[in-house]
Amino acid sequence: MIIGTARALPLLAAGLLLATAAHAGEAEHVRTSQAWIRLLPGDLPAGAYVTLENTGDQPATLRSASSTRYGSVMLHKSSSEGGVSRMAMVDNLVIPAHGKAELAPGGYHLMMSKANPPVQVGDAVKLTLHFADGSALDTDFVTRPANATDAGDTHSH
Amino acid sequence: MIPFHLRMTLRRAGRLTLLFALVFGALLLGACNRGDSIEWRLTNVSGHMPDLDFHLVDDQGKAVTGQDYRGKVVLLYFGYTHCPDVCPLTLAQLHVVMQRLGPLADGARILFVSVDPARDTPDIMHAYVNAFDPRAVGLSGTPREIEALSKRYRSAFTREPDKGDGQYEVSHSSAIYVFDRDGKARLLATPANPQDDLVHDLHLMLSLGNPT
Repeated sequence: MIIGTARALPLLAAGLLLATAAHAGEAEHVRTSQAWIRLLPGDLPAGAYVTLENTGDQPATLRSASSTRYGSVMLHKSSSEGGVSRMAMVDNLVIPAHGKAELAPGGYHLMMSKANPPVQVGDAVKLTLHFADGSALDTDFVTRPANATDAGDTHSH
Repeated sequence: MIPFHLRMTLRRAGRLTLLFALVFGALLLGACNRGDSIEWRLTNVSGHMPDLDFHLVDDQGKAVTGQDYRGKVVLLYFGYTHCPDVCPLTLAQLHVVMQRLGPLADGARILFVSVDPARDTPDIMHAYVNAFDPRAVGLSGTPREIEALSKRYRSAFTREPDKGDGQYEVSHSSAIYVFDRDGKARLLATPANPQDDLVHDLHLMLSLGNPT
């Protein structure tokens, strides 16, 4: 009986590992950088930005994002065509194999609202990025003031 | 020794030359002040758009008109506070432009006009514009007043359908209109213009004809 369990354990462990690997999937190959939030006064919705790099051989597809600090996080895209600025919800953002996709001001971004408790400049806010295969990736976003233009790492001010 | 009468003639000729130089110089300066000979980098709209004029409420709750901003170079931009991406990006960039202008920037005002009269009150506008730049003013008004100003500059805005939770977006013109100290429409900047061009042209406009 004892011997039986001992023999079964490695199998069980291997099975668990396989399950974890399958779950990691697309997220496992995605690296994040320049993750930041532009904080606006009061309870106005904020924009979040991040650079996503896919080191895998297959494209990865960002489907949505969520956060325990914000009641609502939506993937959006701004456009300025014909002199008119518009914003639209998008279903996904594909990060090509061995390529990059940027969520940056004036383009793709996460629109976040209903912060609870209120977020302050300097706070690190954890966001979970959800991919098409069900895998997920946690990333800390640094909170910057309204008039910031980037993540601040190379900012000269 | 030059004879007396010749000396007088020379002196008169000198005076005449000086007079010509002065008149010619003044003419040149006048032309410069009108901006006729200036090579602007942004789109020159001088004479093609009406002077700055509106009846709105500033972010202190005070009724204001276009006349209240005479004497300042005005950067007019339409947007709304529930706009998390493009409006903050534009205002953050204008803040950087103002910083690059240094002390000259005190001669300029950013007028941020809300195209969302239902949600943007002077209080909200006050907190919003001050998060970007001390020289920014948030203007709000009735839908009719906002529409009048928007139409005056052939701008447009559209309230998009409700997303179901009471939240909605507003599509709006992305242009920045530049007016000189006399309230004359002079330049038009779009997101396609490099920031350097805006700094270049504002530097010129703010350096010209400094009010005494």
